[in-house]
Amino acid sequence: MSLRVAAAGALAVAALGLGACGDGEEPTETITVFAAASLTEAFGELAEAFEEEHPGVTVRLSFAGSATLRTQVLEGAPADVFASASPDEVAALDAAGLVVEERALATNTLVIATGQDGIETFEELTLPGLRLMLAAEDVPAGRYARESLALAGTDFAVRVLANVRSNEANVRATLAKVELGEADAAIVYASDLRLADAGIRAIAIPERFQVAAEYRIALLAESDAARAFVAFATSPQGMATLARHGFTAVGVTP
Amino acid sequence: MTALRARAPHAGLALLIAVFAVFFVLPFAGLLERGIGGSGTWDAITSDTALDALVLSLWTSAVALLIAVVAGTPVAYWLTHARFPGKGAVEALIDLPIVLPPTIAGVALLTAFGRKGLLGAPLDDWFGLTLGFSTAAVIMAQLFVGAPFYVRAARAGFGSVDAQYERVAHTLGASRLRAFARIVLPLSWPSLAAGAALCWARALGELGATLIFAGNLQGETQTMPLAILSAFERADGLTAAVALAILLLAVALVALAAFWLLSTRGRGTP
Repeated sequence: MSLRVAAAGALAVAALGLGACGDGEEPTETITVFAAASLTEAFGELAEAFEEEHPGVTVRLSFAGSATLRTQVLEGAPADVFASASPDEVAALDAAGLVVEERALATNTLVIATGQDGIETFEELTLPGLRLMLAAEDVPAGRYARESLALAGTDFAVRVLANVRSNEANVRATLAKVELGEADAAIVYASDLRLADAGIRAIAIPERFQVAAEYRIALLAESDAARAFVAFATSPQGMATLARHGFTAVGVTP
Repeated sequence: MTALRARAPHAGLALLIAVFAVFFVLPFAGLLERGIGGSGTWDAITSDTALDALVLSLWTSAVALLIAVVAGTPVAYWLTHARFPGKGAVEALIDLPIVLPPTIAGVALLTAFGRKGLLGAPLDDWFGLTLGFSTAAVIMAQLFVGAPFYVRAARAGFGSVDAQYERVAHTLGASRLRAFARIVLPLSWPSLAAGAALCWARALGELGATLIFAGNLQGETQTMPLAILSAFERADGLTAAVALAILLLAVALVALAAFWLLSTRGRGTP
């Protein structure tokens, strides 16, 4: 008998629980955000804060090199928002008619990541035998790095590029090679080094050779929740989050 | 009624087989559909990147196969005949790379042979020898993931040879090596060839471990799978990626046909 009572009680509780779910008229929606690898932590935090402000909305995040994400979206990946480390990838989606609207998100500077007994200056990138890793030419971080080297002169760039041991798929994989000790140096974003191992040092790239990485965020779907996420990322709160992660925030929405 | 009942499962089975076949054929059809007639396919196939990657892939996978055969054959033969405690554990260890996700294999290779690895660190400190992110690393990654397939097949092949034949050869005065070469080898030949084909194919397709342990540098570590991945990341890269994939597929088909011929022609009788 007591077992029956317990079972009935459990059923009642379950029914109550179900009822509660049905009564609360919160819309449940999931939006998918594709973001550049360098935005991993910043967007993880942004998504959490956004979900708290918008109950019922779940943010799914997918991080990879911007170039990979662009190709995935072009091939039909269901992304609602795309945050790219360069305007080029957004432009490619725009050309395919996939962008509803887009705006500036942030900028980032380049630094040289090196180990404790690594190099000391930008010029030392030319040292013969230095094991250097860059992001691939088609990845924004790799493109910016090569632009920066070119600013320092063709001859300089050729000598540095001769030291490249690997062209990595995204900026985080590039940095990881320094952390693993496989690379003596790598060119990455300043924001990436916020999270690097204690043993990693940042060597500044002289101002005149700096190339500002320009991040843009694009709305890819006519969805209110996705639109709200883009607005949230470019709001003062979103900008503060990006700034905390080492980005220079630019896209403040009035 | 009975007839219907007997036939029904056949129709269901046929449908299952058809769905299964479509599942495997469609991806290849998709590749060909994108590749053939696509503008830029020919340019991609004849590009420097493709040529460098194909040459590198072919010779590194051949070296990996050679090492797997030379070192793996005695190991497989020994494992077939030896009796010792813990033999099961040794066999499981050799099979381990087969079930290991390739990226983990790459990380494992780094922790052993990387600059901060168990053996890699002393090699780097004492001899200035760096294995990671070199062509040697490409071959090591291919060997690590491919060799277990060869050893496994060779063990099965050697195990299927009746020990009587060998014993008779010994009593007739044949040396162990001669008995192995004249009796065991011809009888287990199809297994060895099949194992070699699997090993080579796995080495040719190796991506995950190579990416992590050897990196991605044209002419040095960028094998075909890496070139395909890199192409995929380019702005208009899908055409190039598909083109390279078709090229690799064609080469692999020719090679597998050669292995098949080898396994049927080389078969002998004691």
